[in-house]
Amino acid sequence: MALLDVNNLSISFGGLRAVDNFNITINKGELYGLIGPNGAGKTTVFNLLTGVYKPNEGIIRLDGEDITRKSTIEINHAGIARTFQNIRLFKNMSVIDNVKVGLSERFKYSALEGILHVGRYFSVEKEMDAEASKLLKVFDLDGERDILAANLPYGKQRKLEIARAMATNPKLLLLDEPAAGMNPNETKELMDTIALVRREFDMTILLIEHDMKLVSGICERLTVLNFGRVLCQGETKEVLSNPEVITAYLGE
Amino acid sequence: MSFLTYLINGLSLGSIYAIIALGYTMVYGIAKMLNFAHGDFIMVGCYIIFSVSAALSGNSVIGIIVAVVLCTILGVTTEFVAYRPLRGAASPLAVLITAIGVSYLLENIALLIYGADIKSFSSVITWEGVSFAGGQLKIQGVTIVTILVSVVILIALQLFINKTKQGQAMLAASEDKGAAALMGINVNRTIALTFAIGSSLAAVAGALLCSAYPSLSPYTGAMPGIKAFVAAVLGGIGSIPGAMIGGMVLGIVEILSKTYISSQLSDAIVFGILVVVLLVKPTGILGRQMVEKV
Amino acid sequence: MNKKQTKNNLITYAIVIAFYIIVEIMILTGNLSSHMKGLLVPLTYYAVIAVALNLCVGILGELSIGHCGFMCIGAFTSAFFSRATEMSIPTVPRFILAFIIGIAFAALFGFLIGIPVLRLKGDYLAIVTLAFGEIIKNVINSFYIGIDSKGLHFSMKSAMEMGMDKDGDIIVNGAMGITGTPHNANFTVGIVVLLITLFVVQNLVGSRDGRAIMAIRDNNIAAEATGINITGYKMMAFTISAAIAGAAGVLFSHNITTLTASSQYFGYNASIMILVYVVLGGIGNIRGSVIAACILYLLPELLRGLNTYRMLIYSIVLIVMMIVNWSPKIIEWRKRTFGRMNLKLTKEA
Repeated sequence: MALLDVNNLSISFGGLRAVDNFNITINKGELYGLIGPNGAGKTTVFNLLTGVYKPNEGIIRLDGEDITRKSTIEINHAGIARTFQNIRLFKNMSVIDNVKVGLSERFKYSALEGILHVGRYFSVEKEMDAEASKLLKVFDLDGERDILAANLPYGKQRKLEIARAMATNPKLLLLDEPAAGMNPNETKELMDTIALVRREFDMTILLIEHDMKLVSGICERLTVLNFGRVLCQGETKEVLSNPEVITAYLGE
Repeated sequence: MSFLTYLINGLSLGSIYAIIALGYTMVYGIAKMLNFAHGDFIMVGCYIIFSVSAALSGNSVIGIIVAVVLCTILGVTTEFVAYRPLRGAASPLAVLITAIGVSYLLENIALLIYGADIKSFSSVITWEGVSFAGGQLKIQGVTIVTILVSVVILIALQLFINKTKQGQAMLAASEDKGAAALMGINVNRTIALTFAIGSSLAAVAGALLCSAYPSLSPYTGAMPGIKAFVAAVLGGIGSIPGAMIGGMVLGIVEILSKTYISSQLSDAIVFGILVVVLLVKPTGILGRQMVEKV
Repeated sequence: MNKKQTKNNLITYAIVIAFYIIVEIMILTGNLSSHMKGLLVPLTYYAVIAVALNLCVGILGELSIGHCGFMCIGAFTSAFFSRATEMSIPTVPRFILAFIIGIAFAALFGFLIGIPVLRLKGDYLAIVTLAFGEIIKNVINSFYIGIDSKGLHFSMKSAMEMGMDKDGDIIVNGAMGITGTPHNANFTVGIVVLLITLFVVQNLVGSRDGRAIMAIRDNNIAAEATGINITGYKMMAFTISAAIAGAAGVLFSHNITTLTASSQYFGYNASIMILVYVVLGGIGNIRGSVIAACILYLLPELLRGLNTYRMLIYSIVLIVMMIVNWSPKIIEWRKRTFGRMNLKLTKEA
């Protein structure tokens, strides 16, 4: 059964049709790649899926539920978490607090209990701490739990961003160019992390990527976007050998 | 007839706001910062004219020239020492708080030199003005000069921006600093030039302000400065004609509400306009939309 | 719960209590001049409002230069209540009620003003808080409220307009403000209010709501994508901050004979003075705000000669602090010079 089902998604900015008639179906547990040249509209698709932009047309269904035109917050609560092309951490907060922010929808107590430190405050905070520590361990960040996020090395910042997204307990994880700015070693480590997320959390992942090695190495299916339109989609191998795709990437 | 007099007075006050607002809007347009100390540049200009005129037994022309030169230097120096190091700071609040610090600094230097007592400023415009309708409608010289000066400044600035290389560089830098730098524009120098123009206009505005309202204290510039920022926002920040329109509207509203509603509440009304504009059309009358990229 | 944070919070309370004990001993042994005694209550309300402003600037990350407006609301509503009920309610419950009223009104206005203000960002937000602060001051200055046998009278023109009986009592007299509010505030009450304020703000920072607020400060787009209700949390922080400023106002009005909505106490310059405390104490550093407020308020009083140059020095320190702490070039230079030491720094708040 399809976890994410997108039909005829379109958006225009001014006169420009940034995304035109976009369709995608992602099955549960799948690792799906969204590729395409610069300016093809990949990040715009992410922004549409997460409610940053509202589409002019089309329907987005997550696990059967219509989430089109819902707010970013509602969509996150419905089960989509994401990372950003240019890392967006809570820089002046500790590593563990970054994760705890992600957990705050699942571990609740009232504001009054928080301010007065009474009632469920201590018990819930304890559970939250345990859960956050568990997540940090999975991502091999437990050694840095009290460091400010801004002071993490680049590769670990990427990992923390994924850990934070996972903390919201999503059904679908969107990764926006996770390997951007990474050296081959870091990219290799990132691939391991993504594999780990799939294994540990049985996660469905949609990722945008430029690094063809990474894409061909881990993605099961691909959609190629060019000038806002789907150029081709299908099994990774087929797509990458499609002459149209090669033309779009390398030019005539 | 009295309504017409108030309207013209409002236009005159509005012209002063407009000249100050031009400084705000140009600096905001290019450096993306609210120069909170801009109003205090006016006060500095006034004190310079006051001192020079006193030393030269009333020659205010030289006073104005000296004030314009020194205010320009002050503006460029402030930008270089206090604001430039904070360009690209992690928080946009950093440079705003620094600007507040500069404002405080200027006010307190003036306080130390001249004291807190209000100095009476003798008008730089000696022309009596004209009468219409058999003396029923009298327009003071300073009112006419103020309006004329503001119109001349507006036209000159528009020509400068649209016809000169430096003006085009300013436009480019306000659009995209990085791209402008790649096109060979010296962004730092362009921003400094903007501060120079804005600060020299502040000196002119000071001369006109204190001629129309001849009481000078270390806090003279603060309130007109803030109101001029309101005018800049009202007209659309970054837009030069917008600053002019915003200033005029604000001046007229202030004078009319002082006259017909309550002098106590006129400031509240002026600030109320700011709140309403920012909520209904945050880009102001002539401003453009900006979107944060995700 | 972070143990280090708990310890940090306890240190703050300890410092305040130690300060209180030292001052009380000095009073008992006659080592404190009456001039100094007069500074103690202002000291507490400035520390309280500095903490309130730090919640807004350092934790929420939005610069307000109108916080004294909320203090003004707290001061006037509570003073009005105390003046109106001076004869009918005994001191202790009346003063407690005055606090509740002052805080509630400041919170209400914080909430109402927060709705439009928090839709803005950065410079615009700052200037609109300034605008609201001035509006509050101007509007209060044109209020006339009196009470006589027929009940309450109200006017926005003059005291005469209210048409009161001869024996009527004008409580709020326009720009002349409120005269004769009972002097119920004292140093002990001030310290208690300060401790409660610290308790509320520090606990908030250490709670899930506080983390959400700081997340919004650090990156609102990421916070939204993480499912944080941005508007709700911003409103919450701003309202709490306004409420605390209101509490400072209650202390203010019950320590002064004639309360007027003057620029000196409630204008934007006063708000900027509080901002100086916050910046010099460290943005986001709650304890720092308290210490900075105390030192900066007392220093010029202790060093008489300094008074003339006080504001001059503050403004220079303010500029230098901002450049040293925030300039990208200087930060880079510090990182190069002090190397990895920075990595060990954990959060201050």
